[in-house]
Amino acid sequence: MGFDRFGTVSFVSQSKVDKFVDFLDEGKVMGTKCKSCGAKYFPPRNDCAQCLSSDVEWFELTGTGKLATYSKLMYAPSGFEKDLPYRICVVEYPDGVKAFGRISAAISDDDLAIGMDLVAVPIKLSGNQVAYEFRRP
Amino acid sequence: MQKVGIIGVGQSAFVRGYEGSIRELVFEGFAEAMRDAQLKPQDIQASIICSAPEYDKQRTPAGLMAEYLGLNPQPTFYIESVCSSSSMGLRVAYSMIQAGLHEVVAVIGFQKMSEISSAESQERMGRGADIMWESPFGTMMPAYYAMHARAHMNTYGTTEEDLALIRVKAASYGQINEKAVYRKGVTLEKALSSDPVSTPLKVFDCCANADGSSCIIVASEKMAKKLSPKPVWILGLGAASAPINMAGRTTFTGLTCAREAAKQAYEMAGVGPQDIDVAEVHDCFTIAEMMAYEDLGFAEPGKGKELIRNKETYIGGKIPVNVDGGLLSKGHPIGATGGSQLRTITLQLRGEAGPMQVDGAKIGLVHNIGGVGIYGNVTILGRD
Ligand SMILES: [Zn+2]
Repeated sequence: MGFDRFGTVSFVSQSKVDKFVDFLDEGKVMGTKCKSCGAKYFPPRNDCAQCLSSDVEWFELTGTGKLATYSKLMYAPSGFEKDLPYRICVVEYPDGVKAFGRISAAISDDDLAIGMDLVAVPIKLSGNQVAYEFRRP
Repeated sequence: MQKVGIIGVGQSAFVRGYEGSIRELVFEGFAEAMRDAQLKPQDIQASIICSAPEYDKQRTPAGLMAEYLGLNPQPTFYIESVCSSSSMGLRVAYSMIQAGLHEVVAVIGFQKMSEISSAESQERMGRGADIMWESPFGTMMPAYYAMHARAHMNTYGTTEEDLALIRVKAASYGQINEKAVYRKGVTLEKALSSDPVSTPLKVFDCCANADGSSCIIVASEKMAKKLSPKPVWILGLGAASAPINMAGRTTFTGLTCAREAAKQAYEMAGVGPQDIDVAEVHDCFTIAEMMAYEDLGFAEPGKGKELIRNKETYIGGKIPVNVDGGLLSKGHPIGATGGSQLRTITLQLRGEAGPMQVDGAKIGLVHNIGGVGIYGNVTILGRD
């Protein structure tokens, strides 16, 4: 299995950063860092757009980020209807790395506020799929 | 450097569920532009066909359209930058004419969105973002723009009512545009009480999907002067891009590709935002028009809401915007949209916009965005 295990519905079957999915199985949300110039990437990339090196290493997206923005979807594209309603968001970490994902259903709408602290946590979905979501630290 | 002019414009009516094939839909916009320019197919030296793929089953639509429109054996090819495809087509036509390759080029945009269901359409639109890292979370266009709306509200105190006011304006002009898909008025109460789609955006914050086509005939200075009594000149062209993945963005209160494209277009035209008499902006969602006010310099960042609250973007205001109903009411057939915006501004500058006319308009601007700010195109037009 490759990248097709990522998310509710994956649209990519394989990638040179397939290992991201294996790391989720192990309970880790990982990004990549360019060994040549030090650029950090989340989501992970096999190749550095700064210096064009393909020599990258994994780092764990640990620590607390802040909610940059979000929206609650009341309609879903084909294949996601059973998840409704759900919230998507962007979270910004202190080192400037940003991450896109869903907010945990455990946080109520009323408790959401831009700037609140969130952490990325790997989760298992139905049908052997895996993902990550943002929870309170 | 010579000037490049627009000598003919056309568009089909924008409709829900066009009862015909894409070739017949394209013919409508093309034939109107050709009648406007008083040209025959053999006068067109090259055609550029613009649309977003996957709404119909035709592969390589340029070949089909060139044949159907009588444009063989002239060169033809396809340009795609989703919702800004036909503005990008204009940029390529301009380049070919400036390079001396051709003197008269047709930029033809189309989309028949009703070939597929609404849910399928949302799924395809959503895949106009990063399919590897974002689509697996269940994204769609309204949600991306909704995240911008949330950020804009949080940073600047913009309200849901401010966004609704933009829809009210669009609907007031859609009513008087016979080419518009949505011809009804929308009250503030109706806009505010419509169902949420992706918070804080509601049904009436979203543009109307439509089928439609557009066509712009572009000519060298020499040919424009020879063929057209009222050529409209391309004064400035700007184009830019931004990361497709939201994680790569530096802001959610505006679109950096629009700011960069605007800067280029103003510089090339030698004008500033205060010189624009009438504008067409890419209001795929109400928040998109709000951000456009600020990204184009019509208002300071965060002050866009003052423009709409004070009706400064209505006809008679400081800077009339989307007085043809915009994407919100006129409709948004992806590949045809940029050409339709260019047509509206061309008619404004020729004094032929009918009930939508902004008196004495001399300089107009088109802001056309592809995807959620992936591609930004800003075009400034002027008349003699
Ligand atoms: Zn590097």
